[in-house]
Amino acid sequence: MELLHDINLYLPGTIIAIAGLVVMMLSAFNADHKTVYWTSILFTAVALVRSFADLFVTQTEVFHNMAAVGGIASFGTFIILTGTLFTLLLCYDYFEKVGNYHSEVYAIILFATVGMVVLATATNLVTVFLGLETMSIALYVLAGVVKSDKRGIEAALKYFLLGAFSTGFFLYGIALLYGAAGSTSLADIGAVTEKGLIYWAGVSLLLTGFFFKVSAVPFHMWTPDVYQGSATPITGYMATAAKSAGFISLILILSRALDTSVEQWSEVFKVIAVLTMVFGNIIALVQTNVKRMLAYSSIAHAGYILVGLAAGTPEGYTAVQFYLFAYTLMNIGAFGVIAYYERYKGADLTELDNYAGLGFEKPLMAVVLSIFLFSLAGIPPLLGFAGKYLVFAAAVQADMILLAVIGVLTSAAAAFYYLRVMVYLFMKPAVKDIKLAPVGGIYTSVIVILALLTVVLGVMPWTIADILATF
Amino acid sequence: MVTYIFILLATLAIASALATIMSKSTVNSALFLVLNMVALAGVYLLLKAQFLAVVQILVYAGAIMVLFLFVIMLLNVEDEQSVFSKFTFKYAFGVFLGVIVAAQILYAVASYTDILPDISGEMVYVGTVEAIGTTMFTEYLFPFEVTAILLTVAVVGALFIAQRKPNSQN
Repeated sequence: MELLHDINLYLPGTIIAIAGLVVMMLSAFNADHKTVYWTSILFTAVALVRSFADLFVTQTEVFHNMAAVGGIASFGTFIILTGTLFTLLLCYDYFEKVGNYHSEVYAIILFATVGMVVLATATNLVTVFLGLETMSIALYVLAGVVKSDKRGIEAALKYFLLGAFSTGFFLYGIALLYGAAGSTSLADIGAVTEKGLIYWAGVSLLLTGFFFKVSAVPFHMWTPDVYQGSATPITGYMATAAKSAGFISLILILSRALDTSVEQWSEVFKVIAVLTMVFGNIIALVQTNVKRMLAYSSIAHAGYILVGLAAGTPEGYTAVQFYLFAYTLMNIGAFGVIAYYERYKGADLTELDNYAGLGFEKPLMAVVLSIFLFSLAGIPPLLGFAGKYLVFAAAVQADMILLAVIGVLTSAAAAFYYLRVMVYLFMKPAVKDIKLAPVGGIYTSVIVILALLTVVLGVMPWTIADILATF
Repeated sequence: MVTYIFILLATLAIASALATIMSKSTVNSALFLVLNMVALAGVYLLLKAQFLAVVQILVYAGAIMVLFLFVIMLLNVEDEQSVFSKFTFKYAFGVFLGVIVAAQILYAVASYTDILPDISGEMVYVGTVEAIGTTMFTEYLFPFEVTAILLTVAVVGALFIAQRKPNSQN
């Protein structure tokens, strides 16, 4: 009975796991694309509704304290499922047009989502590791999903090798922390008072593993190639849902297991945050490929999020959760529009030069892309601004004024490369005669909905901030 | 008596591990690795961890090593040149890392003064199949189920990548 009770509390994750198995069986029986597509979306939507309801339940732990429900964990699940739902919605048109549809893609996306949900709710290092690995293995496959594309295969292999390398760090860290605490539960690790060499070695290896996964400088080497090589909606998925899962898990670990050593790790986070912001933004300035530019911009955004974590306060954690939600909405939207532009056989339309004059070819798409890019640049009153404001405010409150100043300066520099895309779209004459494919109805409405959310929630950020304040 | 068996098994394990990395033929290496695993299984038995010992033999020495041997024989790998033929920075770095890891392990086990720890009745119970089954299906049920998903996605993913002509339904 206790088990059924726990399963009921953990319903979003359970629904997605069942969805993955159902979709896998559907593809085994050669179901057509539409059936697989709508089944995945239906299940994900149900799980999303349930995870939204979970935001208001009392926080508790389930399955013998292996996973948490309510609070940060449920908000993490909510972000991940939002990202997954929008990614799935964009997949149909993309894979139909690229002509590279395999029904397994949907099952693997759903399994990756299970891993992310487990990762974002885990309160035991064993579950953290299993969630992380389920997510990563599914993402390695997803990176190489378009098998005719050599860069996709290169991306998958690179991601796999470096991912496996970082897993090594992660596992070694877990082993050492287990040695130091005598338990893998986050609460027990938080209760360690004798912090010897083994404890610190464990903490640093564990954090190194996390820095790899969230692509913080200097562990970011895999990001540009993998993001550029993967199928574009999948890139959006990796950059948002996967990153959110990693950061939410990091918040749970920092607040539950490492709360007593906040002074020490906060210093490390400061240095990494500065490196990530400066490096990510400077290299993004010189990119000529839009997808690669967004990859570096996602590194930079990881830097802003690390600023919130470096604060090490509840306000900082709240700000980070808000930022992750904002980032998920606008980034999936941005990658969605880029996927639409790219969706043209024979031409590589992700190069910035090809964007010249496209703004007048399909005005709606170009306007929507501009909204997402403005939001990513952090221009008020869009959602990205509210996120950045909260993160930097948390840093200022924690007396990290220099850190906040560096953050503001780098994000001002970042506006240059976001605005440049718009200059190409609207102010340059078309160099090539590019006829864009017609847009599907669902595809357009999904992207427009994302843009509306970016604007509306940006004007009224308190709708989300109020929920977060109750955690 | 137990101590003598332990020393015998430990020597065998170390010797076969050395033989694994030093023998020139890959098939020999794999077979020495089997020997190494069997010796380790013996050590587990001395620690009264029956389940671990059986799994070690069944899974590692049995299934995985057969797979290793198949791959080696199918690929027809040529005999390798001796690793120690020339000294480069890479090997020095490798030795350096190895020393660090070894020192860490020694540091971790240094607290045990006796060769073999005393095994209480409780410890004996922990090593049994019943105890492991009970723990796995109560306390660790959730990780157990997640592992099932992990293995499923790994198999589906591997088959998906290996498919030469995927059945695209357009």
